[in-house]
Amino acid sequence: MNTFHLVAFLSIFFAILVITAKNPVHSILYLILTFFTFTIHYILLNAQFLAIVNFIVYMGAILVLFLYTLMLINLNKEAEPAKSNLVKIAAVIGGGCFLITIIASIRALGASNPVVLQNPDLGLVKNLGKVLFNEYLLPFEISSVLLLSAMVGAVLLATKEPKTV
Amino acid sequence: MENVTNAIQTIPLNEYILLSAIIFSIGVIGVLIRRNAIVIFMSVELMLNAVNLLLTAFSVYHGDASGQVFVFFIMALAAAEVAIGLAIIVMIYRNTNSIDINVLNRLKW
Amino acid sequence: MDNYIWLIPVLPLAGFIINGIGRNTLSKGAVGFIGSLLVLISFGLSVATFLQINSTGQPINVELYDWFSVGSLHINFSFLVDQLSSLMLLIITGVGFLIHLYSAGYMHDDAGFGKFFAYLNLFVFFMLLLVLGSNYLVMFIGWEGVGLCSYLLIGFWYTNPSYADAAKKAFIMNRIGDLGFLIGIFLIFNTFGSIAYADVFGKAATMHPGDAPFVLITILLFVGAVGKSAQLPLFTWLPDAMAGPTPVSALIHAATMVTAGVYMIARSNILFTLAPDTMEVVAIVGLATAAFAALIALTQTDIKKVLAYSTVSQLGYMFLGLGVGAYTGAFFHVLTHAFFKALLFLGAGSVIHAVSGEQDMRKMGGLKGKLPITFFTMLAGTIAISGIPPFAGFFSKDEILAHAFMHSTTFYVVGVITAMFTSFYMFRMLYLTFYGKFRGTHEQEHHLHESPPSMTIPLIVLAILSIVGGFIGRPEILGGHHWLQHYLAPVFASSTPLLGEQELSKSTEMVLMAVSVGGALIALIYAYIKYVKNNQVPVEDTEERSLLTNLSYNKFYIDEIYDALIRKPLDALSGFFYKVIDKMGIDGLVNGLGKGAIESSKGLRLLQTGNVGFYIFMMVIGIIAILIYSLQMFII
Repeated sequence: MNTFHLVAFLSIFFAILVITAKNPVHSILYLILTFFTFTIHYILLNAQFLAIVNFIVYMGAILVLFLYTLMLINLNKEAEPAKSNLVKIAAVIGGGCFLITIIASIRALGASNPVVLQNPDLGLVKNLGKVLFNEYLLPFEISSVLLLSAMVGAVLLATKEPKTV
Repeated sequence: MENVTNAIQTIPLNEYILLSAIIFSIGVIGVLIRRNAIVIFMSVELMLNAVNLLLTAFSVYHGDASGQVFVFFIMALAAAEVAIGLAIIVMIYRNTNSIDINVLNRLKW
Repeated sequence: MDNYIWLIPVLPLAGFIINGIGRNTLSKGAVGFIGSLLVLISFGLSVATFLQINSTGQPINVELYDWFSVGSLHINFSFLVDQLSSLMLLIITGVGFLIHLYSAGYMHDDAGFGKFFAYLNLFVFFMLLLVLGSNYLVMFIGWEGVGLCSYLLIGFWYTNPSYADAAKKAFIMNRIGDLGFLIGIFLIFNTFGSIAYADVFGKAATMHPGDAPFVLITILLFVGAVGKSAQLPLFTWLPDAMAGPTPVSALIHAATMVTAGVYMIARSNILFTLAPDTMEVVAIVGLATAAFAALIALTQTDIKKVLAYSTVSQLGYMFLGLGVGAYTGAFFHVLTHAFFKALLFLGAGSVIHAVSGEQDMRKMGGLKGKLPITFFTMLAGTIAISGIPPFAGFFSKDEILAHAFMHSTTFYVVGVITAMFTSFYMFRMLYLTFYGKFRGTHEQEHHLHESPPSMTIPLIVLAILSIVGGFIGRPEILGGHHWLQHYLAPVFASSTPLLGEQELSKSTEMVLMAVSVGGALIALIYAYIKYVKNNQVPVEDTEERSLLTNLSYNKFYIDEIYDALIRKPLDALSGFFYKVIDKMGIDGLVNGLGKGAIESSKGLRLLQTGNVGFYIFMMVIGIIAILIYSLQMFII
């Protein structure tokens, strides 16, 4: 119980730092830390496969891509012009409303039961693989097509047009 | 491993929902506050991850593996989306030399 | 005979169709021949019908077809020929035929000859329909139809804008009366459940005054008659209607159409007898019209205008007769008036034809020797209208005056004075036109000639009728037995008992006759002295006149009064409706909707700022709203 609360606190703390950091590179680094805490959450839930995938795909690939792009943009200005204070306050209030809505709706559920691990082996690779390839084979194949199209699209978008002579 | 998993035997589901909701709304606030397009994108990733955590928690709670499979698909999708999105941002930078979203206001009346 | 009655109106209708279609292709002779012949055949059939009714005394019902049945309303298209309508048939077809014959000569040089005959035939058809109908609706068809034909014929030379205006004036004033007539018919249906004469009059005969809204019904019917028969205040169209050709004035405005109102009231006599208040109103209006028109006629200088005002005045006499209960007398006057007024108009037409279109009497004179036939026939007509025995007008006018005397002495006195005026202005017209020296131009003097036989024969026939026509109603004290009264008795049978005592002592009657004849003779002599002995000629328009003469000459400015009282407020009202309600109100509403759409879209357009951050913010707000809405039962 203590572990959970500690890790949860760290997640929230780093998330807030993500959105309030002035330097975008700092934002990305804080995001990496946030995802690391998420990985710990997955391990706590014994979702081993997801934890490893989260670590490798998200932190290793996606956020590194973010870093590359940010370097490419060649932001010289450390301090980007921020939005006006009025907008910031309106945004915070908007987000707060959202949070309150969700929490208020949860209250009606009452105290819930503890998360009892009925099947502690649920998150293992072997079991997850069985479910994935038996019931969800079609979405699996289609997602590979999706990744193909994303790849093609990204290449098309990013290549410079050959200059006509 | 059993020690670890035993540690979460007594955590109520509500707390997972609460955690997820808080991180989701932090992501929403980030989208609304920042002007840098890349940082906005990152906030969107934060939101997706919060949802992933919640799905996993539910899957463990109900003993249904579908939740974790769904998380797997969400991750694949997020990767594809990031690839395309960043390519678009690079194009915009090439054309307008800025990624400040207040500058990208051509679609007005 | 019953089987041929439908031919009487249909023959002129056929003439209308033939002449109308062939007006430009048929020769003038053919058009005139066809038109006149068809009316002559109708006249023959009318004579046969009259003889039949005279011998049997039974009215003839001719059912043509069931027209429409809606709920409790059943209306047949059928004819009722009784004593009253048979006499009207004779007048319409007989005088109509003579006028057709006359027009063949008078309108010979006109380009619209064929059209003229077509319209004349159409008019005869509608007038016949009016008198033949066995219910108020068929009468109303004829009523409206003659109004239409009168419009077409008055405005026959429509290229002249003032003539076209006169036609419009006639039609509009008729319409005002027709509205009253129509509402009266509705009320009749409401009260009696039917509009056929047999049903309505049969039921009414069993009722008493006050059982039903008789006063209201009869007042409304009388309003219709006021419009059609040119009584006060709707009479101003008749003098203006002199813009039409003279045969039109003779046929429509002397002999037939204007007597439609008298016919209608005579037909509905039981309804009127049951409403004594309305009878009083009818008598007063008739008397006022007679006096008013006679005053105006005293100073007119246009020969046709004098005759027009004289028509209005004589119509006033007829309504006076109806109002005091002298139904037979009023109808008798209709008959004799048809003879001498048609004669006078046709004679005036002959005079105008001779002086090449001049109508101002101040430019005539001394035509006695040049136009002998016209002179003698017009003399006969003038003596008849003045009420000098033994000519026709004396008998009918005297009967009306006798009944007026029985009703109220004031009516009688005013009536006698008006009769004196009538005699004066008619003889004034005769003297100015035919006596003295010719006052026109040299050109006209060269062209003076008597009219062709086609025009003089009708004059002679009508003159003979004016002389002897009165004998059908010779009262007992003068030796005859009143044939007309006996003949028409069945028509007025239900009214007669309700009207009370209608007998005068012999001596009173002789005195009354002497008074009226004496008055007419005095007026004749006065006119003679003034216009023949002293050779007075009415002054030109530019000269000064005395106040009374001026008032009379300008017809008491009645047209101007109508203009100020009625037309200007109506114009202002319609202007108000146009500017305020139509332009500002309705257009404003419609245009306002359009403008509103444009303005609101201008406002909504500002939402599209193009700012991505703004869009995202709105999306979040929207999602929150949706969440609150769908989770509202969970949120405490």
